[in-house]
Amino acid sequence: MIRRAVGVTGELLVTAGVLVLLFVVWQLHWTDLTSERAQAAAVDALQERWDTAPAPTARAAAPTAPAAPAVPDVDQTPPTGDAFAITYVPRFGSDYAVPVVEGIGAEELEDGIGHYPGTAMPGGVGNFAIAGHRVTYGKPFHRVAELQEGDAVVVATADRWYTYRVRRHRIVTPQQVEIIAPVPDRPGEQPTEAWLTMTACHPMYSARERYIVYAQLESSQDRADGPPASLAAVG
Amino acid sequence: MYAWWWRTLPGPWWVRLLLSLLVAAAVVLLCFTVVFPAVADHLAVNDATVGG
Repeated sequence: MIRRAVGVTGELLVTAGVLVLLFVVWQLHWTDLTSERAQAAAVDALQERWDTAPAPTARAAAPTAPAAPAVPDVDQTPPTGDAFAITYVPRFGSDYAVPVVEGIGAEELEDGIGHYPGTAMPGGVGNFAIAGHRVTYGKPFHRVAELQEGDAVVVATADRWYTYRVRRHRIVTPQQVEIIAPVPDRPGEQPTEAWLTMTACHPMYSARERYIVYAQLESSQDRADGPPASLAAVG
Repeated sequence: MYAWWWRTLPGPWWVRLLLSLLVAAAVVLLCFTVVFPAVADHLAVNDATVGG
């Protein structure tokens, strides 16, 4: 009887061990595979939509447009979960292109880089704050700690390209929300410049701290003018 | 446990093996699609955000 109980317990423990190993494989490799595929598809879909649909500004300028009253200052924030921009980081490779999704929930970060709701939109005065996984789920910010001062972070939207230049990095606790303030690190101050803040977990495979990279808007250009020179690979 | 499982299965050894592999595959599929994503939400070893 005891022998049998011990035998069954042993088998259960072995089974549990196999399940834990399976979980590690799933978390570290499988989520990368599925998220990478989904993110690449989202980038393709965005590009196709931008290439086929006229840019919002062009539509507004079209002479056939009905004489609509002046557009009120509407909220430009896309619905949560929607991909609305593509981030390129030459330092991460010339084929690096990850969608930016509205929201920073677990589901959004599986679909790409998440945009902190309420922070500035790409190119906007204030702080365009984005979060990305450093490991798992396609790990868009896997090499975030390799970014050097002056590196380009290029954000493409439906009608414009924005080039940000990396200025500095910090390691903070998860509670230090001042890093995504309109003026990074200075909550309450009125912004006059356009910044981009990237947040990722730190150290890797831990949720103890956050790795933060600040980049400042350097230039922007119309989508019609083609990709900016800043997209060229780094040396 | 596994001995009991083997005895319970019908047919020759290769049918039992096939059935066992099918069940194992179903368990892995269930884990990958339902169980592990739910567990991962509670572990959050890869949380990349501040605040929240």
